[in-house]
Amino acid sequence: MATQEVQPNETLTNLKAESDTLKTKLEDERAKLHDVELHQVAEKVDGLGQFIMKTRRTLKGHGNKVLCMDWCKDKRRIVSSSQDGKVIVWDAFTTNKEHAVTMPCTWVMACAYAPSGCAVACGGLDNKCSVYPLSLDKNENLAAKKKSVAMHTNYLSACSFTNSDMQILTSSGDGTCALWDVESGQLLQSFHGHAADVLCLDLAPSETGNTFVSGGCDKKANVWDMRSGQCIQSFETHESDINSVRYYPSGDAFASGSDDATCRLYDLRADREVAIYSKESIIFGASSVDFSLSGRLLFGGYNDYTINVWDVLKGTRVSILFGHENRVSTLRLSPDGTAFCSGSWDHTLRVRDRGYHLG
Amino acid sequence: MSGSSNLVAMKKIVQQLRFEASINRVKVSQAAADLQQFCMQNALQDPLLTGVSSSTNPFRPQKVCSFL
Repeated sequence: MATQEVQPNETLTNLKAESDTLKTKLEDERAKLHDVELHQVAEKVDGLGQFIMKTRRTLKGHGNKVLCMDWCKDKRRIVSSSQDGKVIVWDAFTTNKEHAVTMPCTWVMACAYAPSGCAVACGGLDNKCSVYPLSLDKNENLAAKKKSVAMHTNYLSACSFTNSDMQILTSSGDGTCALWDVESGQLLQSFHGHAADVLCLDLAPSETGNTFVSGGCDKKANVWDMRSGQCIQSFETHESDINSVRYYPSGDAFASGSDDATCRLYDLRADREVAIYSKESIIFGASSVDFSLSGRLLFGGYNDYTINVWDVLKGTRVSILFGHENRVSTLRLSPDGTAFCSGSWDHTLRVRDRGYHLG
Repeated sequence: MSGSSNLVAMKKIVQQLRFEASINRVKVSQAAADLQQFCMQNALQDPLLTGVSSSTNPFRPQKVCSFL
């Protein structure tokens, strides 16, 4: 039987010792560069003052918990998916429903709009990610044109088109992420490294190259090279599942939201956590996070039905938004940054903006 | 054989850690300054920081038509 040649010093014990030494070295290297806190650097920045947001639209129509939503690049359409198996495409300006698809499974945990605006992807307990081309003919049965693209061995937790309609990135309860070719359904690359369910992913802004970040039940956030499949950086400071990850608009950092009731900011060049957004009064998990266009604001949707708005630089909360009558499960900024949409277990989605600019 | 597969798994872990330990890092003061600069440079183009006027706000409240 052919076996790998084991060098004399590569016994299990030696490798374990080296692994421990390397882990300590990593901690030391990261600590050496920890010369200041982000909020200290930001002391001289003006505070944000009173912060009021208004709900402009409430999208009603789902029969059960809204689990996921995504914006179309046209800044007005939204796709959302629900526990009852329905995927709905809305015109958020008019609140009209433009398309509705019934999936063959319940708990459609993931949905995404294609960059062209001509298709949506979704999946959940069916362990798959399927793409539905959107027809202009309202009477056409969308389910007939459905294309199964991704196959995992456990639930689909998140999906995202890359910068074209041709490829989809998925994350799954099976502990992996994967990149797929939409046309052929072929697996292009798989990403192994999480020790438990992967719950979320986000692609780096296109200017920063081919990487993405994922978060999982192993409390880790991993940054991956899409071409090689390698994990290039890993962060483990959360104390519970990471439900949501989102890149800072410059691509140099990302935020995470976790069941440990905190959101955190990790800087990729410093290779460490640089801020924690938390309060003693916030004890429920953060399910979903997103930044405003400049990266100054971090919106976090929580399981206590609220949305907390954080000053990213100063680490303070600038506002708390009420309105949903159950957990906030999903939250995304609109493509032009003028509004954000939140989806909730209360069956609705809400679009909010800052209100009027006087003068 | 579980012994050799543990060895293979351990080798992978060590390789991954060697890779992660070798990357170049910058000081937090530098990284933080850059994050702050990005925020400041883009603040005026951030509609959620500045607000938008009613005429350009795509989500302005829908007006109800009434017959006079």
